[in-house]
Amino acid sequence: MINHIDVSSVLRTSVCDLYSNLVTRPTGAAVRLGIEHQLDEIGDRALAILDFSHVRLLDFSCADEIVAKLLLQYVSLDIPRREVYFLFYGMSESHLDAIEAVLERHGLALVTQLADGNPCLMGRVDGEQRQIWETMRELGSGELADVANAAGLAPDRVERALDDLWRRRLVIRQDKAYVALHGGPVLPLAERTAAPGSPTASA
Amino acid sequence: MTKVIEVPSSLDDQSFEQIFEALAPLPLDEKVLIDARHTRWASPYGLTALLAVAQTRLQRPTLAVPEIEDTASYWTRTQFFRYADDLYEITGRVPRARSTDDLNVLLEVSPVVKTEDIHTVVDRIQNKAQAMLIGTLHLEPSATMRFTMALSEICQNVIEHAGRGGWVAVHGYRWQKRLGGRRVVQIAVCDAGIGFRQSLESAHGPRATDRWDDGMALEETVMRGATRFRDPGRGQGLAGVRKFIHDWTGKFSVRSGTARIAIVPEWDSDVPMRENLPFFPGAQVQITIPETVVP
Repeated sequence: MINHIDVSSVLRTSVCDLYSNLVTRPTGAAVRLGIEHQLDEIGDRALAILDFSHVRLLDFSCADEIVAKLLLQYVSLDIPRREVYFLFYGMSESHLDAIEAVLERHGLALVTQLADGNPCLMGRVDGEQRQIWETMRELGSGELADVANAAGLAPDRVERALDDLWRRRLVIRQDKAYVALHGGPVLPLAERTAAPGSPTASA
Repeated sequence: MTKVIEVPSSLDDQSFEQIFEALAPLPLDEKVLIDARHTRWASPYGLTALLAVAQTRLQRPTLAVPEIEDTASYWTRTQFFRYADDLYEITGRVPRARSTDDLNVLLEVSPVVKTEDIHTVVDRIQNKAQAMLIGTLHLEPSATMRFTMALSEICQNVIEHAGRGGWVAVHGYRWQKRLGGRRVVQIAVCDAGIGFRQSLESAHGPRATDRWDDGMALEETVMRGATRFRDPGRGQGLAGVRKFIHDWTGKFSVRSGTARIAIVPEWDSDVPMRENLPFFPGAQVQITIPETVVP
C-alpha cells in the first residue's frame, strides 16, 4: 500500500495552521507523532511517501525529531516497527543540509526523490551496498541473480548487501524479488522530464 | 544609594564588557542607573544585553535614554523600548515610533521565551533576510534558509537551556572602520539564565577534572557539541551553525559566566578564548556575517 503524507499538512493540523516552517524540537516531535498516527492506519506493510514540497524551512532540531527518530523506529536493524518503507519527496537544498547532518550523526540512510524524478540514496551506506542500490535503481526490480548479473558481483555478496538494504528499508523485498522504492527503472532524462512534479513511486 | 553605570558611546560586544565589569561587584539588590545619555550607537548585542542586564537585578534599574535624537529613534525602531519599558524605569525622552520599517533592522528586538516565539522570529525574518544576504552581502542563494536555520538553533538554546527567556535581534549595517567599510549582518541572542556550565552540570554534575569552569563548558558545548541531554541527536544545531559561519567567513562568539569563546575568521583579531571575565549569568551569543567581496 502506498501512502502519500504531506508533511506541511501534518504540521498545520498537528501544531498550528499558520506555520509553514519546521523549526524547534517540540514542533518536530508533534509532526512525527502526526505522521506515526497516519502510519498506524495504513497497515503492517506500506510505502510512505513523505512530501516536503510545501515545507519552507527545516532546521537541524526538527530534522532530528522527524527524520532521524522516524527512521530509528521503523528501520532499526533489531526491532523494526512493522514493514514500512519511506520515500522522501520534495526536498530542497536547505532541507538536505539538515537531513544530511542528522543521517550522519545517527548512521542512517534514506531514499529521496529529487525534483527531476531521479531517486537518490542519502546517508551512511558502505560502498558495495551503495553499488547494489544503484544497480537496483537502474533495474527497478529483479531477483538476486538479475541484480548480481547487472552488478557484476558474486551472488553471495549481492545477497548479503540486498538483505542489509532491505533491513534498512532502502529496497523492498517482495517474495524472491527486490524492488526499488521508486518503483520502475529510472527513465532517461528526456522521459523523466515529460511528467515532472509528482512522486513516481509505483511499487 | 544608586550606582551609575555609564554606557559606552559605541555599544557592542567588546565595549559591553565595561558594563559587565561595573555590574559584577554589585549586590543584586543594589539600585543601578544605566546611563546611555551619551551613547551614539548600539549593536544588536548591545541592545539585547541591556535587556538581559535588567533581568538580573532584584531592584528595578533605571535607564537614561540616549540624548542624540537619531540614536534614540533607532532604538525605538528596533522595538528596544517596547521591552525596556517593562524592565527599566526609563528617564529621558523616548521618541515615538513613526515607522518601524527600517531596512537595516532585519529583526526587531524580540523575546525568546517559548517555542512559538521561534516560529514568529523565523516567519518575520525570511523576506528581509533574503534581500540583505543575497542583495547586499552577495551570499549564495541558499544563504537565506541557512541563516534562518542558524537563527532558529541559537534561539532554541535559550528555551532549552537558559531556564528563563532571552532576547534576539538582527541588524545589518556598514562597518566604518573595519573590513574596509564592508557591510555586515549581526545576530545577537542574549539571556540571563543559568549559562552553559550550569546547564551541563544539571545532568552530569561538575566534571571530575582539575579544570572545570565556564571556559571548559563553552569548549565542550560550542566546539564538541556536548549537551545536558543524553539523546545522541542533541548538539547538532550548534555544529551546523559553526559550519555555515565557516562557509561565510563569519564570526561566532559565545559568552557565558566568566568566559567567552569565539570562532575567529582571518579578518578579525579577536582571541578564541577569554577567561576570568567579570561574571554575568546566562549566555550572550553573537554571529557576524560580512559582505562577500565580488571579484
